Amino acid sequence: MLSCQVLTGEVKVILEGNLCSYDNEAEKAQIYATIAEQKKSKISFDAKKLTDWDSTTVGFLYKLSKGRKEIDVTSLPKDLAHLLQLALKVDRKPPEAKDEKQDFFEKVGENSIKSYKSFCQGVSFIKDSMKSMLRLLSGRAIMRKVDFLFALEGCSYQAVGIISLISFMVGLILAFVGAIQMQTFGVEIYVSSLVAIAMTRIMGAIMAGIVMSGRTGASYAATIGTMQVNEEVDALRTMGIPITDFLVLPRISALMITMPFLTMLSDLMGMIGGAVVGTVMLGFSIDEYWQYTEKALKMSNFLLGILHGFVYGYIIALCGCYYGVHCGRNADSVGVATTKAVVASIVWMIVITGILTVIIEEAGA
Amino acid sequence: MIAEPKNIIEATDLSFGYGDFMLMKNISFAVKEHDIFVIMGGSGCGKSTLLHILTGLKKAASGRIKIDGKNLWTSDQTLRKDIMTDCGILYQSGALFSSMTLAENIAMPLQQYTDYSSSLIKELVSLKLALVGLAGFENFYPSEISGGMKKRAGLARALALDPKIVYCDEPSAGLDPISSHLLDDLFIELNQSLGTTFVIVSHELPSIFAVANNSVYLDAETKSIKGSGDPKELLKNPPNEKVKEFLTRGENIHA
Repeated sequence: MLSCQVLTGEVKVILEGNLCSYDNEAEKAQIYATIAEQKKSKISFDAKKLTDWDSTTVGFLYKLSKGRKEIDVTSLPKDLAHLLQLALKVDRKPPEAKDEKQDFFEKVGENSIKSYKSFCQGVSFIKDSMKSMLRLLSGRAIMRKVDFLFALEGCSYQAVGIISLISFMVGLILAFVGAIQMQTFGVEIYVSSLVAIAMTRIMGAIMAGIVMSGRTGASYAATIGTMQVNEEVDALRTMGIPITDFLVLPRISALMITMPFLTMLSDLMGMIGGAVVGTVMLGFSIDEYWQYTEKALKMSNFLLGILHGFVYGYIIALCGCYYGVHCGRNADSVGVATTKAVVASIVWMIVITGILTVIIEEAGA
Repeated sequence: MIAEPKNIIEATDLSFGYGDFMLMKNISFAVKEHDIFVIMGGSGCGKSTLLHILTGLKKAASGRIKIDGKNLWTSDQTLRKDIMTDCGILYQSGALFSSMTLAENIAMPLQQYTDYSSSLIKELVSLKLALVGLAGFENFYPSEISGGMKKRAGLARALALDPKIVYCDEPSAGLDPISSHLLDDLFIELNQSLGTTFVIVSHELPSIFAVANNSVYLDAETKSIKGSGDPKELLKNPPNEKVKEFLTRGENIHA
């Protein structure tokens, strides 16, 4: 049981019985209130009837003694008094909390500066990666062949299964949705054209891009981010090795090489998905379906899709590596870097698609 | 007559290896209650591995570990949980959860294993931080404090449930001499006032002599214990050249 007595210039806190895991909030609140009222009084203790105690008892005594000048611990059990004194011994004061209130304009200003800096950082990273690519072409880049082959392995045959499955399903859905509309006009055979054009022109590349940004881009950000946490990136910098050569180049090269092939695979699997709907649901023969697909296929669309895949490869690798290199120093930052890498690569893929589409349309392709 | 302290940890015939490579062979030792027990030895002798075996992170190939008379590798999960709540662990880097404040880090085991009210947990968190000299740092994140403070906060978390045993993996590693000395003092203070048994893995001689009252010396060559007892006594009367070389930093050999 806990209670207290107010004496002249002194508040006596009485501790009785077994106080192990003792949590009577009402009793404690009354004592805290009494002690708060008697600001200048000394605090003393009466522990004659205290039979047992643990950390919760010390926690309570510490809370009421904190910040008080005069505390008499003589009547407390020796170990309890020792612990309380140890807790009250202030080794280091925390720094004063900053006044973090900012007005609207301060916030706008700070965010604008941050955005500008981050933009400059991004541009500089792109510039560095371009320089590394030029160094690679001139044979002067510090890139280990094994790193390149390892990156190539991760984004080539290992990605075939997931890209095939996703693209097949997209082709199937595209054909299914198209068929419902086209059936009303009796032109459901043109589902094959719809799927062929959509997949080769853009959908194949986009599907491959989205899968690879979630699969490979995220893995790049997490790997390089963890290297940043372990100070491996710092070690490279201090050794004078350009990180864009050593870490970024193998990954960018690998993805730029494999993405066109993965786009082709995605195109093919999408069309197979469409063919399944065409033959099973709409009842066309394989020959008939293929005839219309062949008519719709244009080399320009196919090449444009491949070009998109190539550009997406660069974007995905660049975003993954950029956020990995600019990752913070703790476990949380690696998660944040991975998320940002995936979001940024998808956003930039869409933005670049928009820009490329306008340019290509203007060029009359 | 004062009763002889009982053995709180009993390791019998422990062997461990990675594949064909044996790291320790038939190691046996006992840690008495309220001891500050140091596991010492050169790099690669298996100190940290032994600590992992004692904390249940790795299982020995053979042998037995008893914590407070209970078999650590019991199949009874409730008993195993009880054994582990009696043990606190201070990892080499502090191993604080970076997404949580110091207060949240320390409150976590209390929330998990006790039914204390939030106000009582808050009181206990303040106390544990104050005990390690970090009063007022409740709302700081691990990234905002120094390496020495991280170790202290890690110790506060290890002490959260008032464990009987606290294991520390190289607590002085990476600390400046003053922080290292303060941490040693803290181990002694906590050992004396809380009666906690400390099992410390270290090869820092000043720390070993300052805190330990019992120890074992692991030898990488023979994969066994080559010396045991109070390190100060071992220095005075070394049982063999290996222990003498280690405790004198090889000075008697290279002089």
